[in-house]
Amino acid sequence: MYTLSSKLRLFSIILVVIGAIGLATGFLSAPSTIEEVKEMMAHDAHGGHGDAHAENGGHAQNAHGTETHGKEDTHGGDAHYEHVLHQLQNKPWAALYVAAFFFFMIALGVLAFYAIQFAAQSGWSPVLFRVMEAITAYLVPGGIILFVILALSGLHVNHLFVWADPGVVDPDSDKFDALINGKSGWLNGTGFIIRAIIFLGGWFLYRHFAVKYSRLQDEDATGNKWYKKSFKISAAFLVFFIYTESMASWDWIMSFDPHWFSTLFGWYVFASLFVSGITTIALITIYLKSKGYLEFVNNSHIHDLAKFMFGISIFWTYLWFSQFMLIWYSNIPEEVTYFITRIEDYRLPFFGMLVMNFIFPVLVLMNSDYKRINWFVVMAGIIILCGHYIDVYNMIMPATVGASWFIGISEISAVLLFLGLFLFIVFNALTKAPLLAKGNPYIEESKHFHY
Amino acid sequence: MASKVIHALYTDDDVLMDAVKQVRAEHYHIEEVYTPFPVHGLDKAMGLAPTRLAITSFMYGCVGLTFAISMMNYIMIEDWPQNIGGKPSFSYLENMPAFVPIMFELTVFFAAHLMVITFYMRSKLWPFKEAENPDVRTTDDHFLMELDASHQDVDSMISFLSNTGAVEIKVIDKQEDNH
Repeated sequence: MYTLSSKLRLFSIILVVIGAIGLATGFLSAPSTIEEVKEMMAHDAHGGHGDAHAENGGHAQNAHGTETHGKEDTHGGDAHYEHVLHQLQNKPWAALYVAAFFFFMIALGVLAFYAIQFAAQSGWSPVLFRVMEAITAYLVPGGIILFVILALSGLHVNHLFVWADPGVVDPDSDKFDALINGKSGWLNGTGFIIRAIIFLGGWFLYRHFAVKYSRLQDEDATGNKWYKKSFKISAAFLVFFIYTESMASWDWIMSFDPHWFSTLFGWYVFASLFVSGITTIALITIYLKSKGYLEFVNNSHIHDLAKFMFGISIFWTYLWFSQFMLIWYSNIPEEVTYFITRIEDYRLPFFGMLVMNFIFPVLVLMNSDYKRINWFVVMAGIIILCGHYIDVYNMIMPATVGASWFIGISEISAVLLFLGLFLFIVFNALTKAPLLAKGNPYIEESKHFHY
Repeated sequence: MASKVIHALYTDDDVLMDAVKQVRAEHYHIEEVYTPFPVHGLDKAMGLAPTRLAITSFMYGCVGLTFAISMMNYIMIEDWPQNIGGKPSFSYLENMPAFVPIMFELTVFFAAHLMVITFYMRSKLWPFKEAENPDVRTTDDHFLMELDASHQDVDSMISFLSNTGAVEIKVIDKQEDNH
C-alpha cells in the first residue's frame, strides 16, 4: 500500500494556496475601465511593450471576426482601448480555463488509455493499472471545476465565448453576426450545458464502474467475472468516448473561434490529451519506483510507455500538420485567419510548441536504449507536458485575449493551483488500493513482461 | 585443416533457448543456430552483439531528407519557380509546408529500402544464393544448433547435449576449407 508522504501533501497544498492567491490577484488586477487600460499601456510603453500592443490590437479582431474595422474608425481611438480592455478582462478567465482544461485532459487521456488496455486485453500493462486508476481519480473533481467554468462562460458571465453574447444572435443589435446566428442551433448556452453534462456524465460513469470492477476482481478472481464486465464496459466506453470527445473539443475549444472550423479538430485534441496522459503515467510510475514502490515494474514497461510517448508525439504532429497544411495551401480567408493570428501574434509559442512536441521527443526518444533510462524519459516527459500546455494555450488564447497575451501571474498561478490539486487527488487516490491489481488475469504475464 | 562440428536438433523453441543457455554456461562455442522462424531473445542468449542496423537506418533517413530538400529546392525554387495558389516559389522556407510530404516520404523511402538492402548484404543474401542450411528440416519444424567440436571431447559433448533435450545429434567432419 502506498502512503502519502506529509512532504508531498504539504507541497501540493502550498501549490494550491499560492495558485489561488495568484489567481485572485490576477482577477483583481484586471482593468475595469478604459482609463485604466490607457494608464497601463502608457506605463507599458516606457518598457517598450506598448507599441507592439497598440499595433497588433487590430489583428486580434480578425480572430473574433465579429467587429468590423469600419466601426473602429468611426469610434476613433477609444474603440481600440475598449477592445484591449475586454481582452485584459478575459485574461484571468482564459488562464483559469486553459489550466483547468489541461489537467482535466490528462485525466481523460489516461482514462482512454486505460479503457484501450482492457478492450485490447493487453498483457504488458496490468502492473500499471493502479497508477492509471489513480490519475483518473482527478477526472471527477477536475471535470466538475471545468463544468462550472464552462457553465459560467456558456451563460455569458464572462466573455470567453463570443457566441454566448446574446447580441450576436439578435438581428436588431449592432453586434449581430449572421454566421454565428446560423450556428446558434448548436452553439447556444442551454445546449452547451446539456451536452457538457452528457459528456462528463458518461465519462464519470465509466470511470466509476471500471475502478469498481477492478477492485472487485482483486477480491474474487474466480471465473474472471469482473474482468469480463470491465472488458465490455471499456469497449462500449471507447465508442462513446471518441464521439463525445470530438464533440467536446468543438464545444470547449473550437467554438472560441466560432467562424472557423476544422474537421479533424477532435482527433487533434485527442492526440494531445492522449500523449499528455501517457506521459503522466510514465512520470508518476518513475516517481513511485524511485520511492521504492512498484517493484514489479521493470524497465521494459518504461520502454513501452516511452514508445507510446514517442509514437503519439509523431501522431500529434501528423494531425497538426494535416490541419495546418491544407488551410495554409488553400489560403481561404475565413479559414486561414486562424493561423495568421497565431503566426503574427503568437509566433514564439506557436513554433516553440512544435519544437517541444515534435522535434525534441523525436530526437531524444528515438534511440531504443534511451527509452529505458529514467531521467531521459522524465526530461522528455516534462518538455512534452509543457509543450501540450502551450498547445492548449495556443488554441484558446488568440480568440480570448488576442494580441494582449503574456504569460503573467494569472497563467502561472492557474497552473500551480491545478497542479497542486492534481497531485493531491492523484497521490491520495494511490493510497486507496494496493498498487498491484492482483486479480487481473494478465498480471503474471505483465510482471514477466520483457522486451 | 579438418574441423569437426556437432549438429544438435531440437523441436521446440523454448527447449532450444534453455539448451543455448546451458551450452554457453559450459563454455562450448556455438557456431550458428538455424531456426524456421525468428526466436525472440535468441540473439541475447547466444551473446551476439546488438545490431547496428538502426544506426544505418537513421543515417539513410538523413540522406533521404537531404536528397528531398535539395531536389525540391532545385525543381521548385531554382530551376522552374511557379506561382501555385498565389504562393510564388522564390523561397524554400516560405514554401516549406508544401514540401513536407515529399521530405517525409523520401526520408522513409531511403531509410526503409537501404536498410533492407544493408540487411541482405550483411546477411550475405542475394538472388540465386545457395541455401546454407545444413538440414532442410530447419525450414520446417526443427531447430539446429551447430557447435564447434574441434579439440573437444566429442563423447562428453554428445552426452551433455542429449541431456539438454536434443532429439538428434550428428557429428560432422568438415573436410573442405573451413571458413
